Amino acid sequence: MSVPLTQPFLEVRGVKKKYGNVEALRGIDLKAYTGEILAIVGDNGAGKSTIIKTLSGAIAPDSGEIIVAGQKYHKLKPKTALAAGISTVYQDLALVNTLDIADNIFLGREYKTKIFCLDRKRMRQEAKELLGQLKIQIPFLHAEVGDLSGGQRQSVAIARAVHQGGRLLIFDEPTAAMGVKETITILKLIKSLAQQGLGIIVISHNIEQVFQISDRICVMRQGEVVGLVKTDEVHPNDVIAMITGAVDINNRGRE
Amino acid sequence: MEMRVRLQRIFPQLLLSGVLLLLIVALSLTSEYFLSWENFRNILDQSSVHILLAIGMTFVIASGGIDLSVGNVAALSGVVMAVAMKSGTEVLPAVFLGFLTALLFGLVNGLVISYIKVNPFITTLATMSIARGAALILTGGVSIYGFSADFKFWGTGSIGPINPPILLAFIFLIVGLFLLSYTLWGKYSLALGGNGEALRRTGANVNFYQISIYCFSTLCAAAAGLIMTARLNSAAPLAGATYEMNAIAAVVLGGASMKGGKASIFGTFIGCLTLGVLRNGLTMLAVPTYYQQLFTGIIILVAIIVSELRSKAEQ
Ligand SMILES: Nc1ncnc2c1ncn2[C@@H]1O[C@H](COP(=O)(O)OP(=O)(O)OP(=O)(O)O)[C@@H](O)[C@H]1O
Ligand SMILES: [Mg+2]
Repeated sequence: MSVPLTQPFLEVRGVKKKYGNVEALRGIDLKAYTGEILAIVGDNGAGKSTIIKTLSGAIAPDSGEIIVAGQKYHKLKPKTALAAGISTVYQDLALVNTLDIADNIFLGREYKTKIFCLDRKRMRQEAKELLGQLKIQIPFLHAEVGDLSGGQRQSVAIARAVHQGGRLLIFDEPTAAMGVKETITILKLIKSLAQQGLGIIVISHNIEQVFQISDRICVMRQGEVVGLVKTDEVHPNDVIAMITGAVDINNRGRE
Repeated sequence: MEMRVRLQRIFPQLLLSGVLLLLIVALSLTSEYFLSWENFRNILDQSSVHILLAIGMTFVIASGGIDLSVGNVAALSGVVMAVAMKSGTEVLPAVFLGFLTALLFGLVNGLVISYIKVNPFITTLATMSIARGAALILTGGVSIYGFSADFKFWGTGSIGPINPPILLAFIFLIVGLFLLSYTLWGKYSLALGGNGEALRRTGANVNFYQISIYCFSTLCAAAAGLIMTARLNSAAPLAGATYEMNAIAAVVLGGASMKGGKASIFGTFIGCLTLGVLRNGLTMLAVPTYYQQLFTGIIILVAIIVSELRSKAEQ
């Protein structure tokens, strides 16, 4: 996979965020492209989830700007982030276990027949087609999400993000609590999404996994980007050293 | 697989229907009168108030909340209607005022629970006390008697083989069924209880849904208050006490989870019928009403324990 030299779909410039005295983000600069998988790695508390939350609109940064598809924002709201083309698959998946698969995929974007009624038939049909396109195996569509396995639940969350029409999908620890087989399925799915031209940002603690799927790696430490490298130009040990702070290879590999 | 999971999902309602059937068979063996249409109509009539409160409670419990205020709000609505009529207001505007009062309580419940994020139990416990106090103040502590035939019709009139309370209960049942199964509002009621944070992240106006659910609940209470007051031709400030317990019992018996996310209008209806048949049977067997209250309490406790164990077993 080669890194496309087009305009970045997403550009983060000097984003800062403080929680009380904790400087969670100390001025983050980042670019993400469509068709590319960018991995964000870093130790616990490095600020990975925080930067993701500013992109999904869950929190507002204190300063800095976020440019999505050429449009500049100082902060995003969940709805504006979605409308701008950023969909997030949260670490907790944000699924409603007691609702069925289609109800979850369409949560917040329901089709209606008349003024009041849900068009469940149409939503089930589209959900079925979508899962087929993504080659996601689900026993049957009426299953409540709470009855599915971890990997299947993750797949439903991904399907929802794709359905939201996102051009950039963000994953926070997508395979954290998953078995080997399910992990492989999910990684395949994420890769195929990038091949279909979507931009992907993945947060992961698993360095081996990061090297399997990513095109570029962004290393964060204590609220800063301490390394931005192309995956095939760097050795895993270098990345681990950057994570722990043993070396600083700042800006290496930046185009 | 598919069939099994579907059966599993309606298992609580199936089980309850079985219990109800057994109860009916047992009671009809002890008394011939029990299986008569007259007695059945009687059971429906006496259950109507409980059905109305339980419909509202179904949505509240589905959303992960609880509304303890409904019994007292029902009484207060009746009192407001009575006071308005006694001071010369026509029947319809008076009934409207009663509903408006209830709506105000729903609004306060919803606002406090959604915006200030106070626990629903504590919030509605407080408004429950406010409603009772207001009813006592408005009446000076004594019942208000004697209304026009137009008003009494809502409690004692008849419409073909049934009467207005039964009709009202069925209308609310159908509306509740429609809302929960086919509308966005119903879906979001369940989503709120299932995973409110997930719903919030979609950008949905979670507070609006929460507030409207509590408003719907107290509107059901106002309808119950109308029936209670019209039926007895008197507005008693102490009417409706502990009715919220009956409603909660019916909803939980009907398969709802107290954690939210799961509820069924059909289940709630069967739950109300079961409690109604039980009350009817205990009365027929001349069991004193004090014991009936005791039984209701035990049933709620058992139902909640069973629902808790069930949800633990599913995890
Ligand atoms: N809501 C909050 N209130 C206060 N501090 C917070 C909050 N959220 C995060 N922080 C702090 O901000 C810093 C960055 O947290 P963040 O969750 O972004 O780290 P992370 O890189 O995702 O870590 P992990 O690998 O553990 O998920 C941490 O020091 C954390 O304690
Ligand atoms: Mg994190």
